[in-house]
Amino acid sequence: MEVRLSYLFNTPDEQREMLETIGVDSIETLFDQVPESLQLKRPLDIPSKLSELELEQLVRELASRNVGPSDRPCFLGGGVYDHFIPSAVDAIAGRSEYYTAYTPYQAEASQGSLQTFFEYQTLICQLTGMDVSNASLYEGGTAVSEAVFMAMRCTKRHGRVVLLGSLHPEYRQVIETYLGRMDCELVVVPTPGGTVAPAAVEEAIDDKTACVVIQHPNFYGCLEEVEQISAMAHKYGALSIVSFDPISLGILKRPGDLGADIAVGEGQSLGTPMQYGGPFLGILACRQEFVRQMPGRLIGQTTDRNGERCFVLNLQAREQHIRREKATSNICTNQGLIAIRATVFMSLLGPAGMRQVAELSCSKAHYAAQKLTEQDGIELAFDQPFFKEFTLQCRDGAEAVIERARAAGFDIGPALRRVSSGESEDRLLVAVTECRSRLEIDALADAIAGPGQKTVNDDKLATSSAAV
Amino acid sequence: MRNEQATQLLFDLSVSGRCGAEYPESDCPEFSSTACIPAEFLSDTPLPLPEVNEPDVIRHFTNLSTLNMSVDTHYYPLGSCTMKYNPKRHERLAAAQGLVDLHPWQSEEDLQGMLQIQFEMQQMLGEIAGLPAVSLQPAAGAQGELAALLVASAYFKDKGENRTKVIFPNSAHGTNPASAALAGFDCIQLGAGKNGFVDLEELKEHLDDQTAVFMITNPNTLGLFEPEIDKISKLLHDVGGLVYIDGANMNAILGITRPGDFGGDMMHYNVHKTFTGPHGAGGPGAGPIAVRDFLADYLPGPVVAHDEESGRYKLQTPPESIGRVRSFFGNVGILLRGYFYLRTLGGDGLKELSEHAVLNANYLKEKLKHILPVPNGEHCMHEFVASAQHLQKELGISAMDIAKRLLDYGFHAPTVYFPLVVPEAIMVEPTETESKATLDAFAATIEKIIGEDPELLHTAPHSTPVSRPNDVQAARNPILRWSPACDA
Repeated sequence: MEVRLSYLFNTPDEQREMLETIGVDSIETLFDQVPESLQLKRPLDIPSKLSELELEQLVRELASRNVGPSDRPCFLGGGVYDHFIPSAVDAIAGRSEYYTAYTPYQAEASQGSLQTFFEYQTLICQLTGMDVSNASLYEGGTAVSEAVFMAMRCTKRHGRVVLLGSLHPEYRQVIETYLGRMDCELVVVPTPGGTVAPAAVEEAIDDKTACVVIQHPNFYGCLEEVEQISAMAHKYGALSIVSFDPISLGILKRPGDLGADIAVGEGQSLGTPMQYGGPFLGILACRQEFVRQMPGRLIGQTTDRNGERCFVLNLQAREQHIRREKATSNICTNQGLIAIRATVFMSLLGPAGMRQVAELSCSKAHYAAQKLTEQDGIELAFDQPFFKEFTLQCRDGAEAVIERARAAGFDIGPALRRVSSGESEDRLLVAVTECRSRLEIDALADAIAGPGQKTVNDDKLATSSAAV
Repeated sequence: MRNEQATQLLFDLSVSGRCGAEYPESDCPEFSSTACIPAEFLSDTPLPLPEVNEPDVIRHFTNLSTLNMSVDTHYYPLGSCTMKYNPKRHERLAAAQGLVDLHPWQSEEDLQGMLQIQFEMQQMLGEIAGLPAVSLQPAAGAQGELAALLVASAYFKDKGENRTKVIFPNSAHGTNPASAALAGFDCIQLGAGKNGFVDLEELKEHLDDQTAVFMITNPNTLGLFEPEIDKISKLLHDVGGLVYIDGANMNAILGITRPGDFGGDMMHYNVHKTFTGPHGAGGPGAGPIAVRDFLADYLPGPVVAHDEESGRYKLQTPPESIGRVRSFFGNVGILLRGYFYLRTLGGDGLKELSEHAVLNANYLKEKLKHILPVPNGEHCMHEFVASAQHLQKELGISAMDIAKRLLDYGFHAPTVYFPLVVPEAIMVEPTETESKATLDAFAATIEKIIGEDPELLHTAPHSTPVSRPNDVQAARNPILRWSPACDA
């Protein structure tokens, strides 16, 4: 007996009945509307079907060719971080009432998603100190790009956009791509000392400038003088766009408290696995006055026919399915399920948990910075305050140090040069989250020591290994 | 049986002193934030987030989730959205160690399995499209459109041509014009052609050396295959323009015909639709694009290349790339699910699924047409657009009334009022993963609804958690977040 694909239903008998109802002899007849000359006359050149068991074996085998953070401690940063994900996040995101639902256009059939996104919007406002949040964008880079377009509409200025050189290079590249055909001058203010000198920003801003884009903590891990830079933008009638790390807000001042007009960020750290770069979460929140220029979906509270509180997609006249070429963005599908993950994550952690994760990451990162720079030929690239990530300057070159770490079973980096060709090849990033231990940091410090150097922690590590 | 206590707003459940997550003490206590970071950067107040514990969180969101209709719980024949079954094997495998935990800045040496999967995905998508060069980077269909239009723009620029116009039919998805505008093109929308097809004469009027791209969904949003798509393509190519295929409706034609074979130069996929993403309550999706060879160098990157000699896979940015459209590689978690699906079905299985999608749509159309006529086309592809215009005129029953009343009978509503070319449109996409019994029950329910008291329909639904929310009030006085004042 032929085993049929388990996702299809119609048995040969049913097919016959259905074709009879339609009044045709065969399924092929239904495809008559596709001109004969355009039909593919051969099977697709795609490997033959697999049973679930075969698929499982194939994929497990392919996965086994990857070596990842489950195999060795991850000190990698550069925009994606190995933060702990409480199991309740997976439990809720794994509910198929959420993940097999569509965009909540049909409000009566979607109150679960709608209320959850309303709660997401509120949590993001509380996290950032902003007035309004949308229901998500793709990821951190497109969130910054959308914010730039939004600032142009808000200020009615399209001539110039000022970026700090310490913005994540991939975010800068996304902005460059998005602005591709626009007649807009993109000015990058250099940050040779790891952060920007506010005076240099002032020089770059003019009265055609739509916005200044600041990342804080920045790509190098350093903290920027956001309040001063925002004030400078405002002085010239430009908006301040601040790209933040949501985890950092457990201890750092919020964008809304520092003069940001639009706060954007990568929300991966809020309960989403790293999964080789996506799907992630683009956060975008702003001040109330700009709400009608926001991109993406917004959920609003209203009442129903019976006067009950309920939630709907709101202000849709901004969106592509209504406004078409005049829409505030082309985004349709967003990151709903990832926003749900972030909602559950922030709900679980609350103020105390967010503070603890930030505090743990910060303390371990500062210990690591001290420990790693005890090694000969390795020092901090910048003498600036940082949060959970910092840049090392390596005498032997960044790649050599990364390889030493890798050989010893640690992942650190990326080398700055790998992210952007304009960066020094002697520098690399190290990120430390709450998941790393003092012991791992000590072992990493030993691992990155150059050949022939004294490894200060040999004894300690041997003792603790024995204990395990 | 609703638990209304648990589905209060999260903020109303908050009790000071509760927390749903615990963390260990720091093993580096000497490095406190106050010792490490200057006070000017530090917040002196805790975040104003709600305080709830894990059981609170689980009960709250679990109960909320049950207020949704979903593919796993209900028939969801939402036209244009391809709400097919989302296989459970995908969820387990996408969460496998060695895939879900990978960091994008790891050494490529340690990512060979992942890169191989993505390379094979590029190849399979290229084969299905008949367009060999693929970039997996775009995060969703709309971003695929934008990326492809920027590719076209770069290509024309290299040829020294300044083409400014993007043309599309009036039945196009809203993302088409929105993407074209974002990419800096002028938008030209065609009028309604006969039977919902593109009017070639009208199209010709707009074609000249300023024409950059014609964007078309094929099968179109009426669920019909454009009979003159090859002529349309030739017209575009004759003036030096390019044809973009919006792949939203690929579920109808897998292994049957290919965008590259009917004249398309570029296309996007919606992995979350055709290759059963799933939809995730609105996303994430993945919107890979496939293009002809001569456009390959402009693709957004990186893409995966395979070195035959060493057998290694590596990331590579195409030489004339338009640049990145997002950070990192792409929406890998969704691409993985698409890969699992393609490998499960194989080439033959893909064709079979399209056949069943088209069979189901035609069967349901046949069962309904005596009460809900379908103005365009004898047979449809994977979906059809019926009209409730006569019901509106004779009985005062609108497409919206039918949609809302269906919810009471445990069916998700079809798409209504799209595309605009059909008055009182009801757009039904059954998908291949539904049984004849479900389709029969759905048809019988619509028949029953039409016989009901129209007043009952105007006020439907009657059994859902809420009914007919006041959208006007929502827009006039937008409440977009909770604040203590909202409760007053």
